[in-house]
Amino acid sequence: MAPVVTLRSAVALLGRFPALSGVDLDVEEGCVLAALGANGAGKTTLLHLLAGLLELRSGTATVLGCDLAKDRASVRRRAGLLGHGVSLYADLTPLENLSFALRAARRDPALAAASLERVGLLGRLATTPARSLSAGQQRRMGLALLHARRPSLWLLDEPHAGLDGPGRDLCDELVDEAARGGATVVLTSHDAERAASCADVVVMLAGGMVAQQRAGERRRHVA
Amino acid sequence: MWRDAVLVAGKDLRIELRSRVLLWQVVPFGVLALVLFALALGPSEAVLRRGAPGLFWLALLLASVLAASRSAGIESDEGTRGTVRLLGLDAGGIFLGKAAALALELCVLGAVLELGLLVLFHVDAARLAASVPLAALAVVALAAVGTLYGALVSGTGVSSTLLPVLVLPALAPVLIAGERGTAAVLAGGGPGRWAVVLAVMAVVYGAVGVVLYGPLEETA
Repeated sequence: MAPVVTLRSAVALLGRFPALSGVDLDVEEGCVLAALGANGAGKTTLLHLLAGLLELRSGTATVLGCDLAKDRASVRRRAGLLGHGVSLYADLTPLENLSFALRAARRDPALAAASLERVGLLGRLATTPARSLSAGQQRRMGLALLHARRPSLWLLDEPHAGLDGPGRDLCDELVDEAARGGATVVLTSHDAERAASCADVVVMLAGGMVAQQRAGERRRHVA
Repeated sequence: MWRDAVLVAGKDLRIELRSRVLLWQVVPFGVLALVLFALALGPSEAVLRRGAPGLFWLALLLASVLAASRSAGIESDEGTRGTVRLLGLDAGGIFLGKAAALALELCVLGAVLELGLLVLFHVDAARLAASVPLAALAVVALAAVGTLYGALVSGTGVSSTLLPVLVLPALAPVLIAGERGTAAVLAGGGPGRWAVVLAVMAVVYGAVGVVLYGPLEETA
């Protein structure tokens, strides 16, 4: 498998604070990596760095074949990020949000309906402004956005947070589908058991560095 | 770039139609400002007529800062900004789209305020109508400046208070050119060089915005 993410002594700052202070990480194509760690360990910053949203202050970082120090724009076009809250515009409906995102990404906006159906946002839920949806439904909209865009690199910031049981299972299914389809997934979580069950590799972040790395259970499930 | 501009303008206008911030907040603010200016000048029609051009532009300028702040605020949420940056939209296209949507909204605001001039300031309707092209030109300049400065302050965490401080000095030439041009038209003449000043401002700020919007978003 080709490496999709290669970080060596990667440092990224939030203001003047080194939120990542020398991360070494390798993630292969089609792999699901779960990053665990306490609040402030650098999980979200890691996702933002991999998405090309943060500047690499020192070290080296290659994502999707692009050197992050030189070309973050190319990475962004091929990465998808599920953050906290509404992924796009709270005043637009899920259907409008997805159609906008797909048009922006030069994809067929007709794909939006199928992706919303896949995450269970059917009927009126698809045409209700996102701000009126529950936190879990907003999270499902974010997942639908990724499902529709089909980026090469999925970056999920605590994707299970706010989701009910079926929603968490759906999230794991979508992650597995994406990885089987050749995408690479990096997710963060505070639920070590859940994250380990859907990941191939689990890393523990502490103080902005990878403190520990172990195998996850996903491959065993797949086998 | 143009394709992305149309896409972004459509999205911003749809959000405005849904949220109605312009209708329920920006326009009432502009009208209130105009009413207060009229009250401050007193009942003399001659005095009101003489002050009308300057006060119209002052009301439009102040209300346009609110509209620009709202326009920039659409993407102020960190999650929204992050997702939008991953969509691969052309930065120049985003600027043009947001500026176009803002210009259209300011046209609505300007039309309402011109009605206010008729009612409160007793200006001649035919001459006021002749000043509309000048106002449209100024609105484009206002939208370009407002969108550019909106990007400049986005992500600062104090954008709603910082924007007026930065943008009002930059808009002073629009106020001066708009007032002088409108006064000339209302007096029965033409806008003359003031229309040229506004056109130059619109083009310069538009071009600067297309070039700088991307780097400004990067640093936000």
